[in-house]
Amino acid sequence: MASGLAILATILVILPLVAIFVYLIYMGASSLNLAFFTQIPKPVGVSGGGMANAIVGSAIILALSSILGVPIGISGGIFLAEFGRGTKLANAIRFTADVLNGVPSIVMGIAVYALVVKPQGHFSAFAGGVALGIMMIPTITRTTEEMLLMVPHAIREAALGLGVPNWRSVLSITLKTASPGIITGCMLAFARVAGETAPLIFTVLGNSFWSTNINQPIAALPLQIYVFAISPYDDWHRLAWAGALVLIILIVLAVSLVRYVTSRGVMKGAS
Amino acid sequence: MGVGIEVTNLNAWYGATHTLQDINLNIPPNQATALIGPSGCGKSTFVRCINRMHETNPIARVTGTVRIGDLDIYEDAKPVEIRRRVGMVFQRPNPFPTMSIYDNVASGLKLNGYSNRRALDEIVEKSLRNSALWEEVKDELKKKSGASLSGGQQQRLCIARALAVDPEVLLMDEPASALDPVSTSKIEDLIFELKSQYTIVIVTHNMQQAARVAEKTGFFLNGRMVEFDSTHKIFTNPSDKRTEDYITGRFG
Repeated sequence: MASGLAILATILVILPLVAIFVYLIYMGASSLNLAFFTQIPKPVGVSGGGMANAIVGSAIILALSSILGVPIGISGGIFLAEFGRGTKLANAIRFTADVLNGVPSIVMGIAVYALVVKPQGHFSAFAGGVALGIMMIPTITRTTEEMLLMVPHAIREAALGLGVPNWRSVLSITLKTASPGIITGCMLAFARVAGETAPLIFTVLGNSFWSTNINQPIAALPLQIYVFAISPYDDWHRLAWAGALVLIILIVLAVSLVRYVTSRGVMKGAS
Repeated sequence: MGVGIEVTNLNAWYGATHTLQDINLNIPPNQATALIGPSGCGKSTFVRCINRMHETNPIARVTGTVRIGDLDIYEDAKPVEIRRRVGMVFQRPNPFPTMSIYDNVASGLKLNGYSNRRALDEIVEKSLRNSALWEEVKDELKKKSGASLSGGQQQRLCIARALAVDPEVLLMDEPASALDPVSTSKIEDLIFELKSQYTIVIVTHNMQQAARVAEKTGFFLNGRMVEFDSTHKIFTNPSDKRTEDYITGRFG
């Protein structure tokens, strides 16, 4: 009985994911071809075209956001778990991170519009990276903190007992021991912001042409999907479905790649 | 070579709890000294005061002097320097789970910035031989994680790790209490071997163990040291009634 319920619950959890994926393949797979990955969108009325610029654009924006969000997020987590435990500053940071986590993404877009786009005078890939990077920080900070706190006290004592300075022990022992969990946190944050559309509307704007300049408006997959999906043209709708499928596949690929690369250094029989 | 430890008027607190009261003790060099007593009597706190691990707890406090050789450890040196001279083996084996066997042994040196590879190889081999683990692990030094060894092997790995930084004193806080009898006897044999090179202080709940490995034994009760004498005298003819009650099993 209990196991039957558990199986039912598991199916209910997995079902939406499978349904979305199957439906995306059904709607989008037929539009996937070489042109989709090598060409930029064609003007209205001209058939064919692809999202090459949006794929590259998304990669650039996500790289920028990770460069910004991962180091700040992890450093924040280290501070909360190791150096600031119990201090007022740490409590304030933890509270701020939790609030930041709940800020609607469109508000983040407007904030970065005011802070970066307005002063610079133009939309840019950089501004998009800032918006998404800020959104990554709270998730990474809180996961890093929790993962560090899970490292057994005995392991910290072992390092201190060898005459290793505390900061060194935190960086080389505690952080390393917690790294699988921290990487999972980073991947979660990455996957979450990879699909964000609203903050990009106010920051990168979108671009129908090739651009890899981080100081210029740039194309991004979610934006391109949005533009195509609300258009009145059937072939654009099909491209939007294909774009959604590609976005999901790319996120899965990126997460798997990071997992593979980071698991190669792990010893036989570790933890 | 090991050096003697001279403890004068040592007091220690955890928050408001006065865990050690006026301990005076001379631990001789190149011998094993056992500390016995019921749980919570302060013997673990005592050894943690000898390598300044006690103060890693923010609510802990210490007064008094501890001299290791000529060095007053609370006056003349930083905690990290003391801990390199006074190695520690903990109750539960605690190898670094992300590191290979080799890296576990080399960790104390590597994390302190030592990187001469050939010398490290030699030190790792010597430490593992000294802890009687070399023959069991020599083929998989860099392939296997320290955490993949058995409990007894892990504890000997931790001993090797402590020996690799070349301490003068080795503190062992109930090093065999989490191990089976075979592993325990290996650890005890090891203590016998290591005495010639290090001063060993071993906290134990097991009185037979104290009798087997130690030349001197101290009996702790309620944060005070009741009696400190040769192991033989403590176990056959103790001067204090409380010591006699404890070793004959009347309490504790």
